Amino acid sequence: MDVNVSLTVNGKKVTGKAEPRTLLVQFLRETLGLTGTHVGCDTSQCGACVVHIDGVSVKSCTILAVQCEGKKVTTIEGLAKDGKLHPMQQAFHENHGLQCGFCTPGMIMSAVDLAKRNPKPSETEVREWLEGNICRCTGYHNIVKAIMAGAQASHDLKG
Amino acid sequence: MTDMSIGRAVKRTEDLRFITGKGHYLDDFSRPHQTYAAFVRSPHAHAEIKKINKTKALKVPGVVAVLTGDELAADKIGTLICGWVIKGKDGSPHKAPPHPALATKKVRYVGDHVAVVIGETLDAAKDGAEAVEVEYRTLPAAVDTASAHKPGQPQLHAEAPNNLCYDWEIGDRAKVDAAFSGAAHAVKLQFVNNRLVPNAIEPRAALADYDTGSGEFTLYTTSQNPHVARLVLSAFIGIAPEHKLRVIAPDVGGGFGSKIFIYAEETVALWAARKIGRPVKWTAERSESFVSDAHGRDHVTTAELATDKDGKFLAMRVNTVANLGAYLSTFASAVPTYLYATLLAGQYKTPLIYCDVQGVFTNTTPVDAYRGAGRPEATYVVERLVEEMAAKLKIAPDELRRRNFVQANEFPYTTPVIHQYDCGDFQRAQREALRVADVAGFAQRKADAKKRGKLRGLGYSSYIEACGIAPSAAVGSLGGGVGLWESATIRFNPTGNVSIHVGTHSHGQSHQTTFAQVVADRLGVPFESVEIVEGDTARTPFGMGTYGSRSAAVGLSAVSKAADKIVEKGKKIAGHLLEAAPQDIEFRDGKFRVMGTDKEVGIAQVAFAAYVPHNYPKDLEPGFEETAFYDPLNFSFPAGTHVAEVEIDPETGTTEIVNYSAVDDFGTIINPMIVEGQVHGGIVQGVGQALLEGAVYDADGQLASGSYMDYTMPRADNVPSFKVETIVVPSPLNPLGVKGCGEAGAIAAPAAVMNAVHDALRAVGVDKVEMPATPHRVWSAIRNAKKKAAK
Repeated sequence: MDVNVSLTVNGKKVTGKAEPRTLLVQFLRETLGLTGTHVGCDTSQCGACVVHIDGVSVKSCTILAVQCEGKKVTTIEGLAKDGKLHPMQQAFHENHGLQCGFCTPGMIMSAVDLAKRNPKPSETEVREWLEGNICRCTGYHNIVKAIMAGAQASHDLKG
Repeated sequence: MTDMSIGRAVKRTEDLRFITGKGHYLDDFSRPHQTYAAFVRSPHAHAEIKKINKTKALKVPGVVAVLTGDELAADKIGTLICGWVIKGKDGSPHKAPPHPALATKKVRYVGDHVAVVIGETLDAAKDGAEAVEVEYRTLPAAVDTASAHKPGQPQLHAEAPNNLCYDWEIGDRAKVDAAFSGAAHAVKLQFVNNRLVPNAIEPRAALADYDTGSGEFTLYTTSQNPHVARLVLSAFIGIAPEHKLRVIAPDVGGGFGSKIFIYAEETVALWAARKIGRPVKWTAERSESFVSDAHGRDHVTTAELATDKDGKFLAMRVNTVANLGAYLSTFASAVPTYLYATLLAGQYKTPLIYCDVQGVFTNTTPVDAYRGAGRPEATYVVERLVEEMAAKLKIAPDELRRRNFVQANEFPYTTPVIHQYDCGDFQRAQREALRVADVAGFAQRKADAKKRGKLRGLGYSSYIEACGIAPSAAVGSLGGGVGLWESATIRFNPTGNVSIHVGTHSHGQSHQTTFAQVVADRLGVPFESVEIVEGDTARTPFGMGTYGSRSAAVGLSAVSKAADKIVEKGKKIAGHLLEAAPQDIEFRDGKFRVMGTDKEVGIAQVAFAAYVPHNYPKDLEPGFEETAFYDPLNFSFPAGTHVAEVEIDPETGTTEIVNYSAVDDFGTIINPMIVEGQVHGGIVQGVGQALLEGAVYDADGQLASGSYMDYTMPRADNVPSFKVETIVVPSPLNPLGVKGCGEAGAIAAPAAVMNAVHDALRAVGVDKVEMPATPHRVWSAIRNAKKKAAK
């Protein structure tokens, strides 16, 4: 039995139908066509589906679409503003923090949240924060570099 | 040279779409009126299928069809194939029992395909799959690698008595035995090379479409080699004639070998799409990936090394039982034979090598090539033996290696196991690695660690790999069923920008950037004006795809050859335009110039003239497009030395990698940033094998490590940052001098890390720990050694 869900996604109010069992990630990908958020596992381990709900990073496979009624969701598609990349996106590019790109949206969304909480994370803090994001390509080396640089750049931007 | 030339760390042009969520991975595609497929998979490792009852499933709302193996067979869809025939010791071909895409009489591993349910929605398909009633008669399972071919084991296939696929050998057994009996020293090791699950983060997927009007199939699939998929699906499986099947592999989220193979799911999706007259989409869930993506490694090995009194290697003798899983996957048979035993010479002048391999069937997921494919297993054999021999002889392990290295002036060097190494400088790579790793300071660091109660160890891995497989005729003579050349078309558009159509496929390797660098460099066109087209059989020349670190060594050689043809034709056009003979024209930096003059014309103008041939050589075809096919002259041989340094907490058994240094020779480097990234990723997959990962089956054949909850993927906090450097000894055998860098890390790292672990544990009397060296295993080994010492 479908129900209507209304929420704000990337700054736009949207309404769509969802089954009560529909996950937020399914709703984003299939109902809204926002395919930048990826599904890499079925046990909430890989982190490819991380989005922000009311500004906090959440694995969108761990929450039902209906639970997001009235909430503000930001996906990877909503991170760049006015055609300008977010400093964390830029940092992933500058530091070769991605190869196949599949885990990248989740990595970046997770990293943006870290940078908000901790503008100057140490290497150890970044590595520990990434507990919930798996990458099979990069060996994490350049992801860690990217996040440290991106956090610094985000901080500098805010002044 | 510009900032975009060969050798520069050009930032990737792929990135923008990936960092903004605009990549096009398989599951992002949809076709109008599409349906969804869910597979009914065997919950048993070994069972007879007594009955499949579709009735309840067909009543589930939204279920469109329920299809089984009998219907697949009735439609004359062929079975899945293995493309490399291995001949055994007695000259007989390997046993390749039928591998139906949907099982008919028997299931042979947990996850084997029993039926497919097609639904209007994914949920309807899944609900339907749960409602299919399958009656099984369970059978005992053969699971254990080492004993699968021994008498009394459950039998998988009537065609393969004793579960033996082949019993193969290389080398002269009698000579090797004689060398051992006369040797001053010998070491013998027995170990397991643990089974791994590839785990590309994008799960496999397929979207199949059949056009009733044209009779054409389109398959979108997560493939590393779309042309090979098309060839196999048409020629062997019989889905459609080759020209009526288009295979598209768009952005693919990692492969590591697992997306080379032609699997049941895409076969069934194509067949079902035609049967129901609608597109069919299937995307694996991770739990399906664990049981259905071909696994890697899984060897049980006994290995021996003999030396003279000074530690000079005399002979090596190896026996391996290789688990092939329940059926032969696409290239499974070659991995533990020609991709493995031919690398047992390593970097050393071991004059005599013998290896025999028993390939066995078990009731487990099929095993095939996974990053490194045979070469990590070979490196592990060689480098563990060398390190143990060094310990036995009380010679420093780096010194023992130097005594046995093939020297820089000894190339080309022919090993006793087929390969001819073209070039290298093993000693220099080792010397640089010792510097980068600060081996000189290790004793002090070890002493400091001891004060903190930690056991510190250092381990080397001086690996060599054979990449860029290989002259097609050589592959054919060894049983390979395909050619292994590569193709490229360079197409100048009339406005001067350039489309490069290649047969390789990038799923993380950054071809869009590196291939454009090579073309910009060779043809003097702006980097930004070069487009790379791959992954679509309708848009590219026939190509063999990307695996085995072949894209640069073979693929870029084809690009380079096509560029030569462009220049050659360009000289004729420029000569005409400049009123000079073609042989008087030189080409440099994008300009054709009459030698010794300032008369010149740019390549874009030449391209325009070729498409608007008003003022043009009479006997020359118009157009500015050239295709080249390149068949390599030999494998390429990347090599290097990796140094791992670990600290073990004896109280918990936890191993921390505190330093990891790599010095590799990949020949010419096109983009150092990308090469380093490849090495980092490979190292962590190797570290995963050494310390974390392992597919575990219970005695009944259930995969106990079937999710990310149970299978330990390397996470960011399991590894440090790495020190990665290169030396450059260009390969003389291909136009760019490249060797390939994609697998080095995964090949070198397991041995480096495990040598470091053994070095650390030697101090407390431990002589052996298997991979993955988990805290429990290390802690138990320490405890057992203490008990033994106390007796």
